[in-house]
Amino acid sequence: MEKLQTGDLVRYTNGGTALTGTYITQRDGMAVVKLDSGYNIGTSPEKIEFIGRPAPQPPAGAGVVVQNRDLPELAIISTGGTIASRVDYRTGAVMSQFSASDILRAIPELGDIARYRDRQIASILSENMLPPLWQELARAVYDEIRHGVAGVIVTHGTDTMAYSAAAVRFMLKTPVPVVFVGSQRSADRPSSDNAMNALCSAAVATGDLGEVAVVMHATTNDDRCAVHRATRVRKMHTSRRDAFQSIGMAPLGYVDYPSLSVTLSDEAVRRGTEEPELRDALEERCALIQFYPGMPSGILDAFEGCAGLVISGTGLGHVATAWVPKLRELIEDGTTVVMTSQCLHGRVCDRVYNTGRDLLAAGVIEGVDMLPEAALVKLMWVLGNEPDPERVGVLMQTDLTGEIRRRSV
Amino acid sequence: MNYKELGLKAGIEIHQQLDTAEKLFCRCPTTLRDVSERTGEFYRYLRATESELGEIDRAAREEMKLVRKFCYFTYDTVCLVEHDEEPPAPMNPEALEVSLTIAKMLGMTPVEQVHTMRKLVIDGSNTSGFQRTALVALSGALPDGCRVETICLEEEAAQRVEDETFSLDRLGIPLVEITTAPCMHTPEAVQEVAGHIGMVLRSTGRVKRGLGTIRQDINVSIADGARVEIKGVQELDLIAEVVRREVERQVALLAIAGALRARGARVDHTVIDVTSLFSGTASSILKKAKSILAVRLCGFAGLVGREIQPGRRLGSEMSDYAKKCGVGGIFHTDELPAYGVTAEEVARLREFAGAAEEDCVVIVAAGRERAGCAVEQVMIRAEMALSGVPEETRKMLEEGSTAYMRPLPGAARMYPETDVFVVAIDEPLWEGIAVPELLTDRAERFVREFGLDEALARQAAFSERLPTFEKAVAAGVRPTLAARTLLATCRELARDGVDVGRVSEDEILALLSAVEAGRAAKEAIPDLLAELVRTAGGGAATPQDRVDAVIEKMGPAVSQADVEAIVRRIVAEREAFAREKGMGALGPLMGVVMQELRGSVDGKVISETLRRELKRLLS
Repeated sequence: MEKLQTGDLVRYTNGGTALTGTYITQRDGMAVVKLDSGYNIGTSPEKIEFIGRPAPQPPAGAGVVVQNRDLPELAIISTGGTIASRVDYRTGAVMSQFSASDILRAIPELGDIARYRDRQIASILSENMLPPLWQELARAVYDEIRHGVAGVIVTHGTDTMAYSAAAVRFMLKTPVPVVFVGSQRSADRPSSDNAMNALCSAAVATGDLGEVAVVMHATTNDDRCAVHRATRVRKMHTSRRDAFQSIGMAPLGYVDYPSLSVTLSDEAVRRGTEEPELRDALEERCALIQFYPGMPSGILDAFEGCAGLVISGTGLGHVATAWVPKLRELIEDGTTVVMTSQCLHGRVCDRVYNTGRDLLAAGVIEGVDMLPEAALVKLMWVLGNEPDPERVGVLMQTDLTGEIRRRSV
Repeated sequence: MNYKELGLKAGIEIHQQLDTAEKLFCRCPTTLRDVSERTGEFYRYLRATESELGEIDRAAREEMKLVRKFCYFTYDTVCLVEHDEEPPAPMNPEALEVSLTIAKMLGMTPVEQVHTMRKLVIDGSNTSGFQRTALVALSGALPDGCRVETICLEEEAAQRVEDETFSLDRLGIPLVEITTAPCMHTPEAVQEVAGHIGMVLRSTGRVKRGLGTIRQDINVSIADGARVEIKGVQELDLIAEVVRREVERQVALLAIAGALRARGARVDHTVIDVTSLFSGTASSILKKAKSILAVRLCGFAGLVGREIQPGRRLGSEMSDYAKKCGVGGIFHTDELPAYGVTAEEVARLREFAGAAEEDCVVIVAAGRERAGCAVEQVMIRAEMALSGVPEETRKMLEEGSTAYMRPLPGAARMYPETDVFVVAIDEPLWEGIAVPELLTDRAERFVREFGLDEALARQAAFSERLPTFEKAVAAGVRPTLAARTLLATCRELARDGVDVGRVSEDEILALLSAVEAGRAAKEAIPDLLAELVRTAGGGAATPQDRVDAVIEKMGPAVSQADVEAIVRRIVAEREAFAREKGMGALGPLMGVVMQELRGSVDGKVISETLRRELKRLLS
């Protein structure tokens, strides 16, 4: 029998009826067929037979979208997060779209805001992101800024978007908006948040902001997006559209939808404030661990030789008393240890209880009110750029890019 | 009409909600709510996704003609899945089991693996923009030789509250969709097949009952006509009429097409702005319109106004198309002067549009953009009239006529729901599905086993109270007593405004057992039920205690001696009458005694006592 290929026409016989359909694939010993009615079914391979192979279809979407030269230019840098996708209803395949033309065909209103350059530096799920890719991303953004774009949009999977945004923020000084955007509902569905998030991000990228931000839905309604500071944003829900929240501060601003009018708070860094600058060294030998009751201190052996360790401790910033000797050893051997809190909200204070005081005495650095993830990428950056260990401790407690709040309100 | 000669072909799709504990892809209850109970609202926009060929599905595109914002009502019985804020849970196994049961009853063959699909629906009725649906089984047979093509298990859409507002309580309730082949050739056959499938569905005892829980879509075509799908026929009794009227419509449209061709009719595609002609009009609609646009349909005069279905003209079809642009409707010269438009204005309009006597002029009054869109739609529909019957999805109006909804959906609307795992239907699962007794068979059995008359047996079998009936009989209650109480008595009480639904099944069972045990008379049942309704909802008394309490309250037990004393007194009071009528007095006196005892004693006991007393008096 003909070896079946995706797209082949087949006859499916079951219960005395024969139906025609399209062969999709073989999975776990079962053939998947898309019947002419549009439904997929799984069947034993012997119930289908080959009837023909349609001529290959010309690649779709060849048309190039004409862009308006009078509009500001934005760069769209993709890392794998899907801002647009296309469905092949013949086979049911969903294909992510990365080129500016494809994105504009999917979300034509983007063409009314700006013209676009596209650049793809990776095509990965965001859980597979790596610090070297953060560096590559920061360099790509820097290149685009030097090229003269009015703003940069980075499309990114939402799982680790906050890490990447914070990493880019520490490595880069920017006069233009650098906006991270993604979607919580896949782009193939009519209800996806991709289009609104993309439009809002373009509005921010052409606007008055001058820092790195995450722009995502502010509520479950399609009414507005929030603009979050890269170093103070966190994904706080597994699936909701408004999963991203600014922690310890109000968002930098909002974008109303569909009007796309942007309002920024006084605190938002304005366009042109910073000169472009790239310092892309990172010390990768850093780690982040979350302490839990009963967690054996022996776990710390695994971090021997690390340049930096961020602990997400309990409450005000604690770990078990039994951890103190081990931590002291680690610090004496040259590891910078920074304490943050798994409460996420609030400030670390190791001066209230004995355990905290012991931790400070052992050399643990209070991570102030930094988010654990932001503290991790900051530690990588600080250790990559500051050779003096004394200075490392000082810098970790100094606000570099708005990641530390002077006051808790 | 000779349907055979016309080449009538019809098929049906039946959508039936399943009565499962939880929804199909989340763990919410399948409870319908009143909109006043909503706990929140949110809104979204939907956007059609580009398909492989760069084409948006034609039905989807039509929906996108109006940029719409959809509002959703939510409840404490709704979760993030209905909000489209969380991936779906695995397919509800209970719902799959019910759909397999139905498939087995219809003699169908299951697929080996069920794949859940996303079917594009962007009218707002699904928050996600698609409906999840899965093909479960294929190829079944119906008694008249007609074939069932498929049964699909899918999620119910959200209920439209009004315009673009939807209520999320209904979204996600499991639904089976049963599709027949186009194998019916008379309107009556369609209704019979729908009736039979409905009976099969109810035989499972696991489908929802009541208005809106079952909907029929009917596919109709005649030889030179076109396939038309009529959505949402809820009343079974209207199905044949809907088919008859659709055939009538298609025949009439074909006749119009013939007449148009014979006249050499054509559509003039020039849009004429006639706003200024109506500056001083008395027509309120035209007066307030920013823009009035006209189109000349050459050779259409008299045909636009011709009736094609009761209450529907070709002009109504054009109006339906125009309404897609958000206008209220159209005017055409076949119906003018009317609606405040004068003969003089019509003459001016015809002259301005250059219309000859055999031409029809259609006008649309609205904002500039909407009017432009609507007039285009009129031209599109007029062109269709030249070639006959367009393929359409239509909605039923009252009485069985229909209106245009949207084009027939293309096939390219489905792709896999990757968030739901494939479910295998293996041999043990399929073999383990028990086939319930058909309600028609059950009715026959009730006649045979319980000696119920045929009408009552059928009523019992098809009633929603069937489970209670069967429990009562199993508990030793006489079938006739159980059937009469549950069907006749409850219905009569309901008619008198007594909300019998407030009496629990256990209370009814306890009451019937009490009557069977002679602790209350069967004549007292209506009063006892009414009292149970009146006192329902208070305290935590057991059903048995509640029933004992109402029996106590309503009819303090009357002893046989009491009965005899009362009968004797009443006979004595009416001795002259009794002597005059002889045993013929039994009937009238019976009424008097019954009234006195108010149903607290079984009628049979009274009549025996009375008969004995009368005999004694007369002997």
